[in-house]
Amino acid sequence: MADDIINLPKRKKLVVIGNGMAPGRMLEALFKQTPSIYDVTIFNAEPRVNYDRILLSLVLSGEKSYADIVIHDDAWYAEHDITLYKGRKVTAIDRNAKRVMAEGGISAAYDTLVIAMGSSPVTLPVPGANLGGVLAYRDLDDVNNMLAAAEKGGRAVVIGGGLLGLEAAAGLQSRGMQVTIVHLGPTLMERQLDMAAGHLLRKSIEARGIAVRTEAQTQALLESNGHVRAVQLADGTELPADLVVMAVGIRPNAKLAEAAGLEVNRGIVVNDRLSTTDPNIFALGECAEHRKTCYGLVAPLYEMAKVLAGNLTGKEDTYQGSVTATKLKVTGIDLFSAGDFTDSEEREEIVLRDGARSLYRRLVLEDGRVVGAVMYGDTSDSAWFFELIKNGTDIDDIRETLIFGPNYARGAPQDPTAAVAALPDEAEICGCNGVCKRSILESIAAHGIADVDGVRKHTKASASCGSCTGLVEQLLKLELGETFNPAAVAPMCGCTALGHDDVRRLILARELKTIPDVMQALEWTTSCGCAKCRPALNYYLLAAWPGEYTDDPQSRFINERAHANIQKNGTYSVVPRMWGGITNAKELHAIADVVEKFNIPTVKVTGGQRIDLLGVKKEDLPAVWADLSAVGLVSGHAYGKALRTVKTCVGTDWCRFGTQDSTGLGIRIERFMWGSWTPAKVKMAVSGCPRNCAEATCKDVGIVCIDSGYEIHFAGAAGMDIKGTEVLGHAKSEQETLEIVVALVQLYREQGHYLERMYKWARRVGVDTIRNLVLEDENRRADLFERFVYSQKFSQHDPWSERAKGAEAHEFRPIADVSNLQAAE
Amino acid sequence: MKEDQDWVDVGTIEDVPPRGARLIKAPQGPVALFRTADDVLFALDDRCPHRGGPLSQGIVHGHCVTCPLHNLVINLETGNTQQPEDGRVSSYKVEQRDGRILLNLRALPHEDIA
Ligand code: SRM
Ligand SMILES: Cc1cc2nc3c(=O)[nH]c(=O)nc-3n(C[C@H](O)[C@H](O)[C@H](O)COP(=O)(O)OP(=O)(O)OC[C@H]3O[C@@H](n4cnc5c(N)ncnc54)[C@H](O)[C@@H]3O)c2cc1C
Ligand code: SF4
Ligand code: FES
Repeated sequence: MADDIINLPKRKKLVVIGNGMAPGRMLEALFKQTPSIYDVTIFNAEPRVNYDRILLSLVLSGEKSYADIVIHDDAWYAEHDITLYKGRKVTAIDRNAKRVMAEGGISAAYDTLVIAMGSSPVTLPVPGANLGGVLAYRDLDDVNNMLAAAEKGGRAVVIGGGLLGLEAAAGLQSRGMQVTIVHLGPTLMERQLDMAAGHLLRKSIEARGIAVRTEAQTQALLESNGHVRAVQLADGTELPADLVVMAVGIRPNAKLAEAAGLEVNRGIVVNDRLSTTDPNIFALGECAEHRKTCYGLVAPLYEMAKVLAGNLTGKEDTYQGSVTATKLKVTGIDLFSAGDFTDSEEREEIVLRDGARSLYRRLVLEDGRVVGAVMYGDTSDSAWFFELIKNGTDIDDIRETLIFGPNYARGAPQDPTAAVAALPDEAEICGCNGVCKRSILESIAAHGIADVDGVRKHTKASASCGSCTGLVEQLLKLELGETFNPAAVAPMCGCTALGHDDVRRLILARELKTIPDVMQALEWTTSCGCAKCRPALNYYLLAAWPGEYTDDPQSRFINERAHANIQKNGTYSVVPRMWGGITNAKELHAIADVVEKFNIPTVKVTGGQRIDLLGVKKEDLPAVWADLSAVGLVSGHAYGKALRTVKTCVGTDWCRFGTQDSTGLGIRIERFMWGSWTPAKVKMAVSGCPRNCAEATCKDVGIVCIDSGYEIHFAGAAGMDIKGTEVLGHAKSEQETLEIVVALVQLYREQGHYLERMYKWARRVGVDTIRNLVLEDENRRADLFERFVYSQKFSQHDPWSERAKGAEAHEFRPIADVSNLQAAE
Repeated sequence: MKEDQDWVDVGTIEDVPPRGARLIKAPQGPVALFRTADDVLFALDDRCPHRGGPLSQGIVHGHCVTCPLHNLVINLETGNTQQPEDGRVSSYKVEQRDGRILLNLRALPHEDIA
């Protein structure tokens, strides 16, 4: 009876094998149709949700965490009523029973089956390939294994100089390993690049300190106690290795389909509707073979995903194959390749080179159309060329200036926004996610988007590999005009096109150790920088190479150079440290004495629980400091991008509500951390109970004591912006609190942009990411702590007593006094 | 020559840090003596045309100095402030003879500095 009334069709059973990027995208498209006509069950051999495999290289290099690259979290599966079996490999498909069987005795019946099992890394058939320490590069487990190996340092050999091999090599190198790439072909990435570009690429890779061996055939992996110890080449060379990563190619996972009697060639053969030889079974992604092609990049797979979603909802969509383009995700290396650029009789080429700037561009033409493009060094016009290739545009009219890109081709001024403006509406901006110019512009207008993050959220453009971020910014600029301010990737200053992150990374990757080195290697456009970049570089180098880098006083703002704050009339202020706001009679006497002795006009209690002496003449500073040093008063760094104050309340010492020794903890932290330089100033506070009299919840780092321990807060501010803190976590002891706070500040020291307060850094990097690194990952925390302690060895000395004893004397004395001469004229 | 009386010895180039400055107490007030990265010397009044900031305390880059108080950039060759501001600082001739730095206390007329 009920059936007569509720006449809804029963939902069909859709089973998906594999939970990678392609089916993830397909399901998203499928769920746009509501109510869903499918009950979805997914089997995934990996024990996790769908994440962005492309970004594994950034997890390897440390620029992102796993949490950052998750595409669909558990909540998403719950929301769409999907049964997801994690860590359950499908072992057989029974086409007669329309059922799949998986490990652990689980099985599921289907009306429609989608096979999306991706590919497997190829293992070289050489002796020793199964030894310990030999890894592939395909999933998160591989990355975690590489990270564990890199912890111990030592040597890594990466076999394979293609996209994956190079990204693995760069990642391991940035993790501190000594890396060699062994490559069978004559040049790196020879499938995507021609000889000339391959050569330039090799030079850049070698310049980072990675060794490259081409035309090198791996013969065997040699062992010691079951673990790899060296890679032996065909010419007899032995390369010592503690870790070997094989990145020699991928093979579509087609065995299961073959066993089920589906037609299989290299991959699972599908037609334009993506159906296999069984009309109830579809194949999608890297495991599918369409018109004799198997793809290994995400953009074509996403196109397939869209088509398949359409088909599953009753449309008659067809997939026509894709032209692919490749970019390498190694910071500082810009390369692009698309289409087909092999030489042949009917083809002509146009080449542009600039040896000094390592710039190379080659276009391959056939019948008045561009069929292939290789670019190295400057890939800013790649989207335009890719469009020409995909559309088969007739370029005869613009042939003369074609190679210079769209600006010249249309006689427009050379400016990147104009180049993007010149792109047709259909031009694909984000290759990974197949987002075109029009849909980005429409989203910007429709959702009032003001930054790249907004575009990522609404269109997914730039959310995968990120190499189109520049184009997306240009589109924002085009649409929003001057109101758009691309803070995240703005160049550091007018002297360079690089942003802060790039500069910081390159300093480490290329081991740049002086300001002139950085300016030379990173092609600064000015001879010695400007007042914006020099202090930033000085800090970055100091933070990167503690003990090695010699501070450059001339690149410091006067306050830090003179260790006092300059005032509006050219005099200075002196603020001694008052640990945790506690002082005593001896210190107060000394302060009173210098005020009288040097006629210091103003004495003020600051907002930071200490005393400010204002209006000191510059020449008097060393003598004032000498008197203060005599009773043990040291610099309060009130002038520095450094630890300022740790405000405290009276805590259990006196207060009837105090739960812990807030004063003692504040003093302990201040004594441990003073003297360290930071991207911007760092202010802290410790309150003895949640009444929070030390105002800990608007500080860069704040601690609120509670009965059960210490609540650690961070990323607050109360200056130009007012922002309450975020809770980082909870600690049980003073020692644990100290360790967490120190690790947090060290992470900020390593990642913050110069002049970026902690709350802005947290907003940029993500509170969760920071919490993961500092709180959840104990090894990481211990490393951060150790690095801070090491760098303190070189920075925790009182600059005042040093200057009182004569250091940098020239800073405080005129070079000459000729004021007694008669004034000229 | 009358002009000769205006030259005074103020020290050696080693006394001035490269990309830095030292102060000269002169009869007309403080004068800043700059040494650029390429070892060229410049002398200008130590007073920013904006609100009198002491230019000798600024960061020296190229042939410019950035005022420490509000970041105005002054061209050391001309004494002019960078566009879009328009201000000018008086400057003086400096020469090196026999390893000594000589400063001419007579301020340069504006036209001399093209
Ligand atoms: C002396 C003091 C005011 C006072 O008389 O109490 C003060 C004075 C100055 N503050 Fe402050 N701030 C003082 C506490 C604060 C506080 C309150 C606090 O620390 O609890 C804040 C808000 C909290 C915060 O920072 O979030 C504060 C927010 C600022 C800001 C805005 C920072 C921001 O990121 O929004 C600036 C500007 C800057 O740093 O770029 C600033 C900058 C300055 C400078 C350094 C301006 C300058 O560049 O010359 C002033 C230097 C005076 C001098 O020569 O000593 N001062 N300033 C306080 C010194 C505290 C100390 O003992 O070190
Ligand atoms: C390190 C790295 C960097 C890359 N960089 C780029 C890049 O910059 N640009 C680009 O376009 N592409 C890049 N790629 C390629 C891109 O990630 C793949 O093309 C894409 O992820 C393939 O998607 P897929 O859904 O077909 O397969 P996958 O994402 O591989 O998913 C297949 C899933 O199926 C599961 N599976 C396999 N067998 C079974 C079974 N029997 N039962 C159940 N589950 C099974 C697997 O465990 C896996 O989780 C990169 C790949 C890697 C590894
Ligand atoms: S609020 Fe701070 S920066 Fe502003 S005038 Fe007062 S002390 Fe100076
Ligand atoms: S006083 Fe020089 S910029 Fe304001």
